[in-house]
This record gives sequence, C-alpha cells and structure tokens, in this order.
Amino acid sequence: MASSNPSVILGSRSGPGIHGQHPALADPLDPGRAPRVQDDVLRILSNVPDPEIPCVSVIDLGIVREIADDHVTITPTYTGCPATLAIERMIREALNANGFADVRIDTTLSPPWSTDWISDEGREKLRAYGIAPPPKGANAASLKNDAPAECPRCGSSNTEEISRFGSTPCKALWRCKACAEPFDRFKCH
Amino acid sequence: MHALATSALRLGDDSLILGQRLSEWCGHAPALEVDLSLANCALDLIGQATHFLGLAGDLEGKGRDADALAFRRDVMDFTNCLLVEQKNGDFAQTIARQFLFSHYQELLFAELAASKHERFAAIAAKAVKEVTYHAKLASDWVVRLGDGTEESRARMVQGLDWMWRFADELFVMDELDAALGIDKLALKPAWDQRIDAVLAEATLERPAPRRAITGGRSGHHSEQLGHLLTEMQFLQRAYPGATW
Repeated sequence: MASSNPSVILGSRSGPGIHGQHPALADPLDPGRAPRVQDDVLRILSNVPDPEIPCVSVIDLGIVREIADDHVTITPTYTGCPATLAIERMIREALNANGFADVRIDTTLSPPWSTDWISDEGREKLRAYGIAPPPKGANAASLKNDAPAECPRCGSSNTEEISRFGSTPCKALWRCKACAEPFDRFKCH
Repeated sequence: MHALATSALRLGDDSLILGQRLSEWCGHAPALEVDLSLANCALDLIGQATHFLGLAGDLEGKGRDADALAFRRDVMDFTNCLLVEQKNGDFAQTIARQFLFSHYQELLFAELAASKHERFAAIAAKAVKEVTYHAKLASDWVVRLGDGTEESRARMVQGLDWMWRFADELFVMDELDAALGIDKLALKPAWDQRIDAVLAEATLERPAPRRAITGGRSGHHSEQLGHLLTEMQFLQRAYPGATW
C-alpha cells in the first residue's frame, strides 16, 4: 500500500479543528486530486453510526482522530463507556466489508476527547434528534454555572436540569418548562 | 513488582473496588435519577480501573491483563485504600464515602495529568473530567442531606463519622508515590478546603479527629473486601478462564 500520503489529522494536538469542523468536510476535496485511501476510509466511517445515538456518525462525534493509509486512530468519549467496544467492532466490520481489512485500529487516550470535538454538523444532527448539543468551549470549571440548555423541541431556554446523569454517560436529563417536554442534554465534557 | 506497576495497581484497585461498590446500588437507589447517577459513576470508575490495571499488567510484563488482575487475585494482593471498600450502608454513608474519595481523586488526577509518565498522565487527564462530576454529585447530596430533614441530617452525620477515619490513608506518602512524582501530602490542604466549604454549606461540623486506620496499600484489608470479591470474582473462580 502506498505510504507517501500524509495521514488526515482530525483536529490538532491542542484541540479540535477550526470551528470543530472536520478539515475534509470544511474543505471539499479538490476534484482534480488523485483519490486516496484516506478519502475512502473517511467516507466509510462517515456512515458508521454511534451505537447509542445513531443519528450521528463516529466522524460527527470526533471519535476518529486520525486516518492514515494503514491505520485509523480512535479515542473513547468516556473511559468506561460501554459503547467504546461496540464502536471499535463496528468500525472494524465497516472497514472489512469495504476491502480495508488491512487497516488496523489504534486507540489513544491523549489528548482527551471533549465535546468540542463534535462537529457543527454533528451538533445539528443531535438537536434534530431531540438531544440538546453541548455548548462549545465548555470546560469542567464551568460546571457550577451551566447555562440553561435550549430545548431541542421548542427552542426555549426556560429549562431546568433534572439529573446530571442520564441514560448514557454522555447525557444529562433536562426538562423544558415552556413546552413541558423532558429531553436529554449532551453533557459538556 | 516494578514500582510503577504497583502504583498503577493501587490506582486501578481504588477505582475498581469503588466502582464495584457503587454497582451494588443498581436497581436499589432511592430514586431513578440517583440510580442512574450511581451507575454512571460506577461505569466511569470501572473504565478507569480497566486502564490502570491494564497499565499495571503491561509494566509488570508477566502477561496479566486487566481482567486477570481484577478477577484472579486474592484479597491480600489488593492495594486499594480502605475507604473505597467500606460497605454502602445507607444512601448517606455511600455519599459520605464518595464525597471524601472523589475530591481526593479529582485533586490527585489533576496532578497526575501533568506527570512525566505519559500513560499515567493520559488516563488521569481523561478521567479527571469524569471525576469532577462525581465530586459535584456527592457534594450536592452532602448539602441536601445535611441541610435537609432531621432524619437526613442525622444519617449524613453518621455516614461522615464512619468514613472519616479512613480519609487519612488517602494522603499517606511512600516511596512509590515519590517514584511516580506525586506528593499526596501537598494535596491535603486543597482537599481540606473543599471538604470544609461543602460541610459549611451543608451546615455540618467536620467530624471529630479519630485515630486513622490504614493498611490497604499493603494488603491489610477489612473483612468487607473479601465479601465484595466473593461476589465480583465468583464467575472466574467457579469457571476459570470462562468467556462469553
């Protein structure tokens, strides 16, 4: 397999890419350029859904950190998230099914994933799915003063947290006081 | 065992045993939201344990993985602090344990995230964000129970009173901590400050000083850890090597 192509680095060592957008998505591929293994792999992975929030792909969530000729590097969202194993298996199956059985999957913890790695497109998909996306640039220090989530159904900010821990490690339970609907909020992380 | 391997083992054992304890609440918590919260914290802790025990096994170099270390060691070989093996008791006692431990763990991981030992630093940097939530959850409940009804207050006081004697062990320094580059003693003032601030908000007094009980790091555990392992390790003891 050719190895002269540079790998696609998703985001940077110091944080997510510009506006959290995947570089290849923000900058459409030059049609004159020779096709690369990475383009195919990116396309394949863009169709691998998160097992617990299937409206978003592993690319949208920022779980895939790097795509190279011979390997894909992924990072877990939460250390104990049971979906991590399922995600790796699904990526493996998708690669195998598309003729990339020789592309291995590496896992890295550093730099740690944060919700800022979720792409803008991913955020919109979450909202449409009924999950309030996390605010950007949030960090642990802001935990005490979380701004109210915007209700993904009616858009009201007249909302309250029911429980900081929800149905999956990445979500909190909220309630909209305007339309009375409960909803999930993707936790800042 | 290599010094760093033992350090990884201690970190992993703390997370594993507390994660297992919290898992015992699953389906039994006072409210659905609490049930989800405790299960989520347990999951985070078991995730940390998987990473730290995996690292311990790698550093040891004898082919033991995280599962082997979790399920195929006997009680004297566990190096967790005594605090995390304490029984759940009532909800207030569980919260007291979490409160004292999570604040310690958050401070410790923040420190460890800057360690020159990259694999320790990577796990700590990842986990510290989760532990921040644990500390916040526990603190919120200390305030709610402490500054609550007569009954909730009495239980919170009892819970803290029991767990308090195991807090000193968290800050005991030895040559392994020094090799890892962590000064646990230096974490104590920040911990005291956090604990005191929450207790003040909860209108609670700091429990009276007690003779500290230590020994967990060297395998001197209470009877309670054996009972916990009996349940946690049952399958691997009854059917060694079983997979599914």
